[in-house]
Amino acid sequence: MITPLDTHQRLLTAEPGPPPLGADDLITAVERSGLRGHGGAGFPTGRKLRAVAAHRGRHPATVVVNACESEPVSGKDHTLLSHAPHLVLDGAVLAAHAVRANRIVVCLPAGDPLGHMLTALLATRAYPVPVHLQPVPHRYVASEESALVNLLTTGDPRPTTRPPRPDQKGMLISNAETLAHVALIARHGPDWFRAAGTPDSPGTMLVTVGGAVREPGVREIACGTPIGEVLTGADPNAHAVLVGGIGGAWLPLPSAAAVPLAHRELAEAGAALGVGALFVLGPDACGLAETARIVRYLAGESAGQCGPCVFGLPAIADDLAQLVQGRAEVLPRLRHRLGITPGRGACRHPDGAARVAASALHVFAADVERHLAGRPCVYMGQSHVPLESR
Amino acid sequence: MTHHLRVDRIACTGRGLCAELLPEIVDEDEWGFPIMATDRIPRELLADAKAAAAACPALALRLTREP
Repeated sequence: MITPLDTHQRLLTAEPGPPPLGADDLITAVERSGLRGHGGAGFPTGRKLRAVAAHRGRHPATVVVNACESEPVSGKDHTLLSHAPHLVLDGAVLAAHAVRANRIVVCLPAGDPLGHMLTALLATRAYPVPVHLQPVPHRYVASEESALVNLLTTGDPRPTTRPPRPDQKGMLISNAETLAHVALIARHGPDWFRAAGTPDSPGTMLVTVGGAVREPGVREIACGTPIGEVLTGADPNAHAVLVGGIGGAWLPLPSAAAVPLAHRELAEAGAALGVGALFVLGPDACGLAETARIVRYLAGESAGQCGPCVFGLPAIADDLAQLVQGRAEVLPRLRHRLGITPGRGACRHPDGAARVAASALHVFAADVERHLAGRPCVYMGQSHVPLESR
Repeated sequence: MTHHLRVDRIACTGRGLCAELLPEIVDEDEWGFPIMATDRIPRELLADAKAAAAACPALALRLTREP
């Protein structure tokens, strides 16, 4: 159910458009809030705003609302835009004001019914800068920052080599949820925002919970909430949770239940916040077989531009599949391939695939041992982690 | 200022000349694509790095000076 405009304005006050704060005050407020992007990379939003505001190009800047959400295990941006589209658009308008942009582009998956809703909604309200919708092809890497810039400037939805970075082209690419936080920071201030969360990951976040849990879905939590608290009601015999999306990392359960969902703590645990998705793998599933499926899917989602991704990801998927079948001899080769893959693509797509595979070898080490002892996987052929985007 | 050798991963076609001309820094993976030990080029390897960048048939190598 969409929050109607009048309710939204009653709850949050203030029209969109030039906020009571000046452009620089808004950037300072976002910097002081410590807000970090919720689209995957966790980059400080204030620093990004500052960089785009400093851009002096031939054309004014553009604010791009990234609502592609190509992570199959994430549904938070879809849920947010379904319920509170005005909040996201307020954030985009404020960001446009801060970086002196003359247009806002909302990037949505091609064919997403949200497009109709947003078109209707945009017609009901006057915006200080024009807002356009941009359908984006269904491909995992099409929502990557440089791929969106490429799509908007040339029509080609594939990542590009950097530099130039998007900010150097006058493009502020920001995740939909991140912009909703910007709107709230503008209204309530950075101290209000910092009252929740941790010093390193302030504020709240939307998490998508799925798999062997009692109530799958999207909820808002304070950043830094322990994983176990978010997963209350999960299958007590579950032995792993996939954190941050399918290009994220597996963490073992129950031991990872105490790990806070915050950037620093997750990095220390060998994972990353990513898009804030948690997928619980139940006891009757093989994490290695699931990871083989995931890496196979990610290999197919490559833009096909960089050799290490084009050749490396299918090879890693093959190795994982053979490991599941009990072929021990692939293990040294797989470890070598995982070690040399990160950092060797134009974008981070291969890094994510290598990270999830490496985490599987660690978290499912007991399964690796069993397969190495010649016992192939009894759960082979099953599918648990959903791999089709909505 | 230090010198850095940057690989344009999209332009690179894995011909492998860089690994031949600058083996101290560049290794090849099993498909012939470069694995860089580091992107910082020490002074004594600067000439070789220049040669590698100039020889790349895909124009995928760039020697830059960065602070």
